[in-house]
Amino acid sequence: MAQVKLRDIRKSYGPVEVIKGVDIDIDDGEFVVFVGPSGCGKSTLLRMIAGLEDISDGTLEIDGIRVNDIEPSKRGIAMVFQSYAIFPHMTVRENVAFGLTINKAGKAEKSEKVAEAARILQMEHLLDRRPSELSGGQRQRVAIGRAIVRDPKVFLFDEPLSNLDAALRMDMRMEIGKLHQDLGTSMIYVTHDQVEAMTLADKIVVLKDGKVMQAGAPMELYHAPENLFVAGFLGAPSMNFMDVTVGSVNETTVSVSNASLDQIDVPHKGRNFVAGQTATLGVRPQYLHPATDGQGRLHGKVMLSERLGSETVIDVALADGSKIIAALAEDSIQEPGTAANFDFNPAQAHIFPETR
Amino acid sequence: MAAITSDNHGLRLVTRYVVLTLIAIIFVFPLIFMVMSSFKPDLQLLRDTSGIRAFLPVGDISLNNYVAAFERAPVALFVFNSVLVTGVTVLLSLLLCSMAAFSFVFLQWRGRNVLLSIIIATLIVPFETIAIPLLLLVSKLPWIGFDGFTIGWLNSYRVQIIPWIADGLTIFLFVQFFKDLPRDLIEASRVEGASWWQIYTKVVMPLSGPVIATAAILKFLVMYNQYLWPLIVVQEETYRPVMVGLQYFFQLNTAWGEVMAYLTVITVPVLTFYLILQRAFIASIASTGVKG
Repeated sequence: MAQVKLRDIRKSYGPVEVIKGVDIDIDDGEFVVFVGPSGCGKSTLLRMIAGLEDISDGTLEIDGIRVNDIEPSKRGIAMVFQSYAIFPHMTVRENVAFGLTINKAGKAEKSEKVAEAARILQMEHLLDRRPSELSGGQRQRVAIGRAIVRDPKVFLFDEPLSNLDAALRMDMRMEIGKLHQDLGTSMIYVTHDQVEAMTLADKIVVLKDGKVMQAGAPMELYHAPENLFVAGFLGAPSMNFMDVTVGSVNETTVSVSNASLDQIDVPHKGRNFVAGQTATLGVRPQYLHPATDGQGRLHGKVMLSERLGSETVIDVALADGSKIIAALAEDSIQEPGTAANFDFNPAQAHIFPETR
Repeated sequence: MAAITSDNHGLRLVTRYVVLTLIAIIFVFPLIFMVMSSFKPDLQLLRDTSGIRAFLPVGDISLNNYVAAFERAPVALFVFNSVLVTGVTVLLSLLLCSMAAFSFVFLQWRGRNVLLSIIIATLIVPFETIAIPLLLLVSKLPWIGFDGFTIGWLNSYRVQIIPWIADGLTIFLFVQFFKDLPRDLIEASRVEGASWWQIYTKVVMPLSGPVIATAAILKFLVMYNQYLWPLIVVQEETYRPVMVGLQYFFQLNTAWGEVMAYLTVITVPVLTFYLILQRAFIASIASTGVKG
């Protein structure tokens, strides 16, 4: 159990800076997910915490101790790799006990800890097999088992589920969630999958180009994204964005409109706007609802209806040529080509000063 | 679309086997010739070379050549010398070259790329060009052994072993193999607290079976076939290896039967060694793309 503190952490490869001053606080027992597109630096950041990459600048503290220059094995961390990184020439038992063997733990301690990890992960029957005889999910379990026996202060997961198929991924995701509940240890988890981020995290850190875009509880990020990137990154289907012109600004709202959107007052949440500027209006597809003819704020034509069972996703071409997506109740199928009118609650819309 | 009929498939299979069999025969005939000739008296041996009889155990067959060969030269001593020198060199070479390669691939130190390039560049230097400088060097090297401090390594086992332990090819083979090992395994070991030595012994080497077999066989062949080097550094019969021993049979009149008997005897260790490592050797050629 430990707190992890990152203060102005930077990483450069020669003249190229890939991590550009990251500050993150991870509380005792917190499950933190680093999420972001490929190349955003999330894995590099995790590897810096693990000690597998040098920290160019800044301070990394685990449990109140600066660990910048401390060996990976002395940091009190355990890491689960995307490729599992289990040793093909050892049995599951030897793999799980590897760290204990290396550190010359006693026989009794070893078998006790391995048995405990096997029990937690329900893999007692696999202990004498070799990795080549295991499925992907089972291998991942072995990798997690090896992390558990180290009894770490912090678990690090580097995209642990991305090599698994969809069904297994969901099972393992739940197991990792349950593991966190049972162990109560701090965990840092890297993924590019926003579903994993939303479901597992106590706190999500969204990264882009080596910088933290926003950090907070999943629903906080979902409902109150601080910028266009976070708004577009979280949520599926992703948020609809429309270029709008700011008409007037008052204390709590701005009034915006464009060719396909009738004037509307949206809460600006303290962001600064000036009349006449262009801005971006965001509405989640789930918050669009059909309006009767002539009513509603958005007018366009249905291009495509996608039935997903639990909901129906409709692609709509607006009058100005832009496209939006509406996620409607399961049976709201609309024929392509028909006119569509949508409305939304302005309080659920977001307005950002930046343009796309 | 043309249908692939079973006839077509069968025909191709037959053709393939005929071609492979022919190639196998071409490769194995010299060996058969050697073994068969070793049982024949010289006159018959030379007469038989004109026809298929050269490959058949016909005519006056006996073990006389073997008896004569063992009388003419200390064959057992030569084989012992060669097996000892080869065995020790192969073991030390596998150990030291793999450690060097490990350092080149996994450890971070300044200048390692330059040094590796230099080591690989030594592959293009023929041994003949450095034989004399090397001879001058080893003739002046000091040694502390059972008989105290001595100068000069000539006429010893060590002069046949030590200069051959490290070589560019073996280091290169290990470097290439280590580079293809998944990095995550090494990093996982580091996170688990393994020292570099433990990573070498417990993770990297146990996974290096194929390259160990390849390097061992290549080194074995080089060492067992040593001729020029032992010829110039070993004058005493005590330390003489098999290839130099062949000279005993090329006196005024070459005793071809005895030569063949001698060659048959000294081929046995090579074949044994190869058969033991054959499976791993073939696997490694398939997986590394390195041809032996």
